[in-house]
Amino acid sequence: MNPFQFTRANTTQAAVSAVSKETGAYFLAGGTNLIDLVKREVIIPERLVDINRLPLATIEETASGIRIGAMAKNSAVADHPLIKKHFPLLSMALNAGASAQLRNMATVGGNMMQRTRCPYFYDHSMPCNKRSPVQSGPFKGQLNGPAGCGAIGGVNRMHAIFGTSEKCIAVHPSDMCIALAALDATVNVTGPKGNRSIPFAEFHRLPGDAPQKDNTLLPGELILSVDVPKNEMSKYSHYLKVRDRASYAFALVSVGVAADMKGKTIQDIRLAMGGVAHKPWRLAEAEVYLKGKEATLENFKQAATLAMQGAKGYGENDFKLTLAPNAIIEALQIATQTV
Amino acid sequence: MKEENSAGHISRREMLAGTAIAVTTLAITKVTGVEAGPEPQAVTPVVSAEVSFTVNGKVQKLEIDTRTTLLDSLREHLHLTGTKKGCDHGQCGACTVLVNGKRINSCLSLALQHENDSITTIEGLGSPEKLHPMQSAFIKHDGYQCGYCTPGQICSAVAVLEEIKAGIPSHASADLNSKVAFTSAEFRERMSGNICRCGAYSNIAEAAAEVAGA
Ligand SMILES: Cc1cc2nc3c(=O)[nH]c(=O)nc-3n(C[C@H](O)[C@H](O)[C@H](O)COP(=O)(O)OP(=O)(O)OC[C@H]3O[C@@H](n4cnc5c(N)ncnc54)[C@H](O)[C@@H]3O)c2cc1C
Ligand code: SF4
Ligand code: FES
Ligand code: FES
Repeated sequence: MNPFQFTRANTTQAAVSAVSKETGAYFLAGGTNLIDLVKREVIIPERLVDINRLPLATIEETASGIRIGAMAKNSAVADHPLIKKHFPLLSMALNAGASAQLRNMATVGGNMMQRTRCPYFYDHSMPCNKRSPVQSGPFKGQLNGPAGCGAIGGVNRMHAIFGTSEKCIAVHPSDMCIALAALDATVNVTGPKGNRSIPFAEFHRLPGDAPQKDNTLLPGELILSVDVPKNEMSKYSHYLKVRDRASYAFALVSVGVAADMKGKTIQDIRLAMGGVAHKPWRLAEAEVYLKGKEATLENFKQAATLAMQGAKGYGENDFKLTLAPNAIIEALQIATQTV
Repeated sequence: MKEENSAGHISRREMLAGTAIAVTTLAITKVTGVEAGPEPQAVTPVVSAEVSFTVNGKVQKLEIDTRTTLLDSLREHLHLTGTKKGCDHGQCGACTVLVNGKRINSCLSLALQHENDSITTIEGLGSPEKLHPMQSAFIKHDGYQCGYCTPGQICSAVAVLEEIKAGIPSHASADLNSKVAFTSAEFRERMSGNICRCGAYSNIAEAAAEVAGA
């Protein structure tokens, strides 16, 4: 690990100013991803700006929904009465992620910003466009190892089947973000140029030509909170996570469902998938198809077929082409209580 | 010190001068090695800072390298070697300690993040003369073989019982609002962050069940 400066920020402006001044400065929240990356020298910071003392950990009701502070711990969000009542999908997704110890440390902002678990991203001897983008630029400290994508044609069992590019086929590993994407959340940020709000669907991005960019946050921008609008879907929701072992493993495929039902009819529904793309993957066409339809196995099968259009395997992850639609069907059955 | 290194980055002096007033800059820069050589790598600044926290009820003040994890500060600086380093990457739970009553992985947290925190390690839970009930139960049920993961398992198991008592649901709970009880399935899910290479899991679960009165 290279030496770095350590700064404790007392105000959000001070944090933003400290991080926007230097290319090698990073916000430090729980540390569960950043410290790991620093130890592995995937990130070589010149300064860590500790944001743990900022008053950003509250979870409160607003006129239209719930506002979750960026520094709220994953465990605190999962167990919060407002979240359990209005957005059980979010609690379930959080409880399915990492371990209890990590959830006690991890924050909402840090969870959104966590990097991929693609093994090549961590292995300096292997090519990786995300770790070592060819162009120079404000990614000092990440220019280690050769460019290229080790996972294409390599070990890619965990990798994406949707929205990939020739540059990168990594997945975003978060469980929490699948729920937030399904729940149409909005991300509130502040930065050197002031405040703005980003719809959750536009927060993370596809790799395209710039896989080093996981999201649309600008340099120096700090996540302040996430707004989740209230809906009528709390009763019928489920987060199904399929993984290599029963607990403490990243998703091979996960599905988040929240539905509003009247009898057997689906009035409204939200569907998002994890473990399949560089960002939380909303299943818009399947949602449109299911709206107004009966909750039947036939309809779920058709929805899954629609959702899988355009999916592409890369060899070791071909099994996801079968696993994903099966997971969609099962999650729909559990959520709508029609198993 | 050189004002700018070959990569064109702002010098440390400029950084310090430019830091906003509301930011407390804790770092004290020490420079070792050759100064201002032609190779920027020849200068290796070691950055240290002060931190104060309570460990097992005792206030500790340290001046440490900014890179020091909470785990290393406990083991290498305070010589509390009960807490173990397994993977150093958040993957095994050997480093589990309680911070302000909550279990965390001390290997993925910098010591400097814990100003004024209250930390409990295995040494703070009990001593050979006065064992914590969970320690006694681990001995009675053979909840270990090599013992390396054991301090982390015990800290974690103590926290699990508290979490169940507080009614906090887990991934294994039937639903988010029903009453949580100690069951084998609940315990195993909640302990998944503690890996035991000797595979003492069944005995660990029996030890915890006894303490839980289940
Ligand atoms: C062994 C292991 C298993 C895991 N398993 C899972 C899993 O199954 N599912 C899952 O979803 N996750 C899993 N995780 C990942 C975990 O959820 C993340 O590490 C965690 O959420 C990161 O949050 P943090 O607060 O610790 O972030 P940090 O590590 O502090 O920060 C991560 C990044 O976010 C930036 N950042 C932090 N806060 C802000 C902010 N407010 N504004 C802007 N930028 C910010 C930091 O600068 C840094 O770049 C696992 C991690 C480990 C180590
Ligand atoms: S998939 Fe992305 S992260 Fe993995 S090696 Fe390829 S470029 Fe790197
Ligand atoms: S040493 Fe911290 S989790 Fe393994
Ligand atoms: S007792 Fe040996 S690792 Fe658990």
